[in-house]
Amino acid sequence: MSLLADPRWGEALAHLPDYLGNHVRVSLAALALGLAVSLPLAILTRNRPAPRAMLLAFASIVQTVPGLALLALFYPLLLLAASVALAWFGVSFSAFGFLPAMLALALYSMLPVLRNGITGLNGIDPALIEAAKGVGMTGRQSLVMVELPLALPVMMAGIRTAAVWVIGTATLSTPIGQTSLGNYIFAGLQTQNWVFVLFGCLASALLALAVDQLLGLIENGLRRRNRLRAALGCAGIAALVAATLVPTMGRSSQGYVVGAKTFAEQYVLSALLRDRLQAAGLSATARSGLGSSVIFEALKAGDIDLYVDYSGTLWANQLHRTDIKPRAVLLAELKTALARDNITLFGELGFENAYALVMPKQRAEALGIRSIADLAAHASTMSIAGDYEFFSRPEWAALQKAYGLSFRAQRQMQPDFMYAAVASGEVDVIAGYTSDGLIAKYDLVALDDIRHAIPPYDAILLLAPKRAGDQRLKAALKPLLGKIDIATMREANLRASGNDANSSPDAVAKWLWGTIRHR
Amino acid sequence: MPSSPMIGYAHVTKSFGSLKAVNDVTLDVAEGEFVAIVGGSGSGKTTLLRLANRLIEADGGTITVEGEDVRKVDPVALRRRIGYVFQSGGLFPHLSVADNIGITPRLLGEPSAAIAMRVDELLELVQLERAAHRDRLPEALSGGQRQRVGVARALAARPRIVLMDEPFGALDPLTRDALGDDYRSLHRRLGLTTVMITHDMTEAILLADRIAVMRGGQLLAQGTPDELTRSGDAYVLELLRTPRRQVERLNALLPQSGAA
Repeated sequence: MSLLADPRWGEALAHLPDYLGNHVRVSLAALALGLAVSLPLAILTRNRPAPRAMLLAFASIVQTVPGLALLALFYPLLLLAASVALAWFGVSFSAFGFLPAMLALALYSMLPVLRNGITGLNGIDPALIEAAKGVGMTGRQSLVMVELPLALPVMMAGIRTAAVWVIGTATLSTPIGQTSLGNYIFAGLQTQNWVFVLFGCLASALLALAVDQLLGLIENGLRRRNRLRAALGCAGIAALVAATLVPTMGRSSQGYVVGAKTFAEQYVLSALLRDRLQAAGLSATARSGLGSSVIFEALKAGDIDLYVDYSGTLWANQLHRTDIKPRAVLLAELKTALARDNITLFGELGFENAYALVMPKQRAEALGIRSIADLAAHASTMSIAGDYEFFSRPEWAALQKAYGLSFRAQRQMQPDFMYAAVASGEVDVIAGYTSDGLIAKYDLVALDDIRHAIPPYDAILLLAPKRAGDQRLKAALKPLLGKIDIATMREANLRASGNDANSSPDAVAKWLWGTIRHR
Repeated sequence: MPSSPMIGYAHVTKSFGSLKAVNDVTLDVAEGEFVAIVGGSGSGKTTLLRLANRLIEADGGTITVEGEDVRKVDPVALRRRIGYVFQSGGLFPHLSVADNIGITPRLLGEPSAAIAMRVDELLELVQLERAAHRDRLPEALSGGQRQRVGVARALAARPRIVLMDEPFGALDPLTRDALGDDYRSLHRRLGLTTVMITHDMTEAILLADRIAVMRGGQLLAQGTPDELTRSGDAYVLELLRTPRRQVERLNALLPQSGAA
């Protein structure tokens, strides 16, 4: 099938008003806030070298923080601020999505605006500032009539750089709950949907280019004192903002929001949950690509209404438990603990997505490795790869302790690339997931955890505090409980990892429902 | 001198750190007078000029403008009523010739129609063709044209006093001569009081009524060229001798008759 005829372009296009609109709103709001803070600072410090140096140092440090980390940092920060605001002033606001994304991006935009602003204002011939004084200008008149116009080209270059940066970095705000063009990219990377990745990249590049050109038009108009051009540029930006507001109007309530973390299984399950709610006549949307630390807090705060998590994950990350209990006991304790936060553990879906040490079946058989205990003897000559969090998780510590594991090398990888890496022999063992469809595809085997070092990871449905007594919701979800066994989920995940039209989360969710509905 | 001077310096001092840029200077400029302040670089002549419109604030002594102590006048208002011609123009590069000339009236809030008329008047006064120059940016002008615009800008708000900071120093000799003569006649026609800084004694003698000689922050001598020749100061006499010596050398080198 030719690339252009791929139906996924159409699917991508359908999301465009929502993703693009949110992207434009958060980027331009961040840019406006960044400018509102940075420009006055640049002007105020133009004759004060000491605070100027401090300001530039601060902005430079912010710039060295990777965009993804900066955005991720703002979520707990705002969560804290929100709880303080609620406790002290009785004001509540959402620390999820727009606010943390906008603040982090605004901070990110400061360096080019500050640096170019300061450079532009300091680069003016002192004789001209003297002349401005000499003809009878006040300090403010000199600033407005002489210094700012002369610094304009350099300042605008900084503003344009900031705009391009912010629009590009805004794609990383998806994991903290801000819908953006990054939704295409995160979803595409996780589900091997390269059409989505390409679409997201193209859309954000075009948006950056368009905004840059409009700012250029404004600059040109201001410089040549051509009101028409400046007005056209401003009108262009205003039109962009207005266009993004249209789709949100008339959509008063979003209804139920289904959360999903950043991997394929979660995209499929959130699509399934959304479809079930809609089939029950409830309005529902999926909010995908949320960071795994963000999503639980978002549920607790009511920013999302439901999502699927895994018992062992919550056991370790939320309850901070390192001991291991039998499956049923762990679930019961978890349910009680979550209830203290008013979160409902509604039930299990029927499969487990646990960490498992995985290696090629042939190699395991050749070496006589069946369990992790067998592997331990060979570990010192082998390399292991895991996802970005695995090696800092308690499960890894527990595994090492229980089996005395010590590998020659350990590497971190994007989860989707791990399986190919171990299949090709680039690494010897990976910390994979038991529900992953790629285990079957690459003819891999998950080694037995005979000493039960890894806790059970039952997929469980969690409901937000405000949905605790929601009977319609519970009725809609009930048919899913216990219906998805590991083989079905693996098959679904395998389908989702394909790179064709039938592998979109929506399509796989429909297949999944078709498979389990009569069970 | 009749009545109070237009500009009066009485025992004025100004230091920059340990450097005494202006050291106990007393100098009066009468109404309608054209005074040149002559001195080398670092003599304090520019500082002395800028003290008058408070671009620089004095440390000690008293400066009066039109009889008022400048410390009691708002510096911005003071600068708007004193014309100032900057070295090599000081024109704002982003503003047209007309906008540069009209800047002080605009700051004073005059209506734009009146400013436009005034700009045309001034262009004629400094002999710049209106159609060709009015809407140009300074970068499109020659050095002499820029300085004519600078003079027009200084005169725009009809000041009674004009301060000039080496206005013709960077120009080629022919332009410089023409511009100097043209300004001299404007000065007389408009009844201006002018203080001009120059390092060139020839220019000072040709244009000014009186000359003040500065060196190392001090005023060595002041008076008409004729009075200066009777000064006992060796430096002043040396400065005065220079133009004549140049003429003698020129006469020796150039044929007496002919085109020159």
